[in-house]
Amino acid sequence: MQEKNNIPEFNRETLELVNQIIKRYPVGRQKSALLPVLHIAQSENSGWLSPEMMDYVASLLDIQSIEVYEVASFYSMFNLKPVGNCVIEVCHTGPCWLNGAEKIIAHFEERLGIKPGETTADGKFTLKTVECLAACGNAPVIQVGTEYHENLTTEKADNLLEKWRSENKISHTNPYL
Amino acid sequence: MATKILLNNIEVPGLAEFQVYRKLGGYAAVEKALKTLTPDEVTEEVKKSGLKGRGGAGFPTGMKWSFIDKKSEKAKYLVCNYDESEPGTFKDRHIGQLNPHQLIEGMILGSYALGASTAYIYIRGELFYVLRIIEKAIAEAYKNGFLGENILGSGYSLNLYCHPGAGAYICGEETALLESLEGKRGNPRIKPPFPAIVGLYGCPTVVNNVETIAALPWIVNNGSVAYAAIGVGSSKGTKLISACGHINKPGIYEIELGLPVEEFIYSDEYCGGIRNGNKLKAVVAGGSSVPILPANLILKTATGEPRLMSYESLSEGGFQTGTMLGSGGFIVMDHTTCIVKNLLTFARFYRHESCGQCSPCREGTSWMEKILMRIESGQGTMKDIDLLVDIAKHVEGNTICPLGDAASWPVASAIRHFREEFEEHVILQKCPF
Repeated sequence: MQEKNNIPEFNRETLELVNQIIKRYPVGRQKSALLPVLHIAQSENSGWLSPEMMDYVASLLDIQSIEVYEVASFYSMFNLKPVGNCVIEVCHTGPCWLNGAEKIIAHFEERLGIKPGETTADGKFTLKTVECLAACGNAPVIQVGTEYHENLTTEKADNLLEKWRSENKISHTNPYL
Repeated sequence: MATKILLNNIEVPGLAEFQVYRKLGGYAAVEKALKTLTPDEVTEEVKKSGLKGRGGAGFPTGMKWSFIDKKSEKAKYLVCNYDESEPGTFKDRHIGQLNPHQLIEGMILGSYALGASTAYIYIRGELFYVLRIIEKAIAEAYKNGFLGENILGSGYSLNLYCHPGAGAYICGEETALLESLEGKRGNPRIKPPFPAIVGLYGCPTVVNNVETIAALPWIVNNGSVAYAAIGVGSSKGTKLISACGHINKPGIYEIELGLPVEEFIYSDEYCGGIRNGNKLKAVVAGGSSVPILPANLILKTATGEPRLMSYESLSEGGFQTGTMLGSGGFIVMDHTTCIVKNLLTFARFYRHESCGQCSPCREGTSWMEKILMRIESGQGTMKDIDLLVDIAKHVEGNTICPLGDAASWPVASAIRHFREEFEEHVILQKCPF
C-alpha cells in the first residue's frame, strides 16, 4: 500500500483483485463487494480499518463513507482500532469450553502478560476471545489470520508462540492469496 | 453398511481436484440433467426425494424451489448458505475443504432447476482458507466447461462466485445473509415477502445449505426413489452429524436418518461412547439452539420408545420432553459438566450475535447472560431462576427472525430439565463443579 498525504491507495495488483471482485456482482450492485474489499483493506492496513481506509474503500465502490462505517462496525472480524502483528483469537463457546478453552485462554494470558482485548507492549501480539469457529470436533480451537489451530493444548500453544515470535508472525495477510 | 452419499469418497487423496472427482463419476449428474432432464424435471425429482433443508430448519427443498416464479422476467438466484456458525455444527466446513466439486456440481444442478444464471456461495469469513479451496475448484470447473457460457453445449450458462462474510452468526438467517451479500449490515428482513419472491437485489432467490446442495448430484444420478428409500418416516436420506463434547470419537458422521441415538453415542462406528468411561449427563442434539435433553430423554422418548436420529423422533414429546434434529450439531456432556456454565457460554454467544434490531432479543439476550453470570458465580437468587424463564418466554416468538427463539430455547430447556442444579448454585452460593 502506498500513502500520499495520509490517503491510502492500493497498489496495482490489489486494485486488479478489487476490480475482479466487483465484476462478480451485477452492474450498479458494486456495494456487494464491500465485505470482500474490507477484508483486503484491513490486511493492507496493519490489520485494522482506519477512518481514512474506510473512506478510501467508499471511493473505490462509489458509495458513501457512512455505508462503509455502518458495515465495518457490525461484523466482528473487522477491527476498528489498531491491533498487534499477530492476532490470536481463542474460541470460548460451549463445545470449546467443554474441552478446556478457559485453560487455553489463561495460558495465553500468562505467557503474553495481557488480557483478551489487549495488545502486548511490543505490538507483537493481540489476544481475543471469539465465538464459535465451527470446528467443535477438534476443540479447543484458535484462529490466527486465516489459519485454524485445532485440538490445542498448552504445549501446542507454547510451540506456536515460540514459532510466531521467531518468525515475527503477521496474521493480517491478504486472505485471497 | 450405511449408505453414504456425502462422505463416500471423502478419504480419496486429491478429491478436491477436478480430475480426481471426475474419475470417481463426478459431474455425471450435470451431464445427465443438462442433456436429458428439463429444469422442472430436476425440481420434481428433488421434491419426490423428500430432501429437507439441512441447515437446521428442515424445510422441504423441492417445495422451496417451487415457490420461484419461473415466468418472472427478473434474474433468479441460487445462494448457498455456507455461514456455518451454530455452536456444535462443523459439518459444512468438511465438504468445501475436502470435496468442493460436489458442492459446485450441486450448485449447477440447483441453478439449472431454478433458471438461475448467477449463483453465489456465501461462506463465513473465518473460513477463508476453505473459500480459497472452493475458488480453485470453481476455476477448474470453468476450465473444463462445467461453468460459464453454454455448459456442455446445452445452451445453459452459469456463473458461480464465492462471497465471504465477516463474522456474524446472524448471517446464517437467510434474509440477513442476503442483506450481507448486498454489502449491508446483517439485519434480517421482515417476512413475507420471502426470498423466493423478493430475494437478492429484489429478485426471486433460493437460499440452500451446503449439505442440502451437496446431496443433489446423488439424487439426480440415482433418482428420487432411491433417495427416499433411505431413512424413516418423513426423514428421508442421509444426514451429516457433527459430534463433539465429551465423547471418545468427536467428528463428522454420515448417518441414515433413523439410526438409534443410543447406537450413535455408544457404537465404535460413531461417537465410541463417553470419554474416560464417564456417565452421559445431557445432549444438545441439533446445534446450540435446540432444547437440551438429559440422558434418559435423549436415549428414550417419554413413552419409553428408543429415540432415533430423525426429524420426528427427536421432536417426539414436543419441547416438554423432546428436542429437534436441527443442524445436526450433536454436543455431548458427561456427568462432570456444569449445565449452568455451559448455558452461560451459549447465552453469551447469543448476546454477542444478536443484530440488535428487535428490542426483546437485543435486551433479553443481554439480561439472560447477566443473570446466568450471577447464578454461576454464586450471587443468584431463587427468583432469578424464574426471571430467566420469564425473559425466555417473552423473547421467544417476539422477534423478526428466529435468533430470539434460538436464544430462549436453551435457557428454558436447561431450567426445565436441570432446575435442581440451578437451585444448588443459589443454595451453595457457588458453582458446585
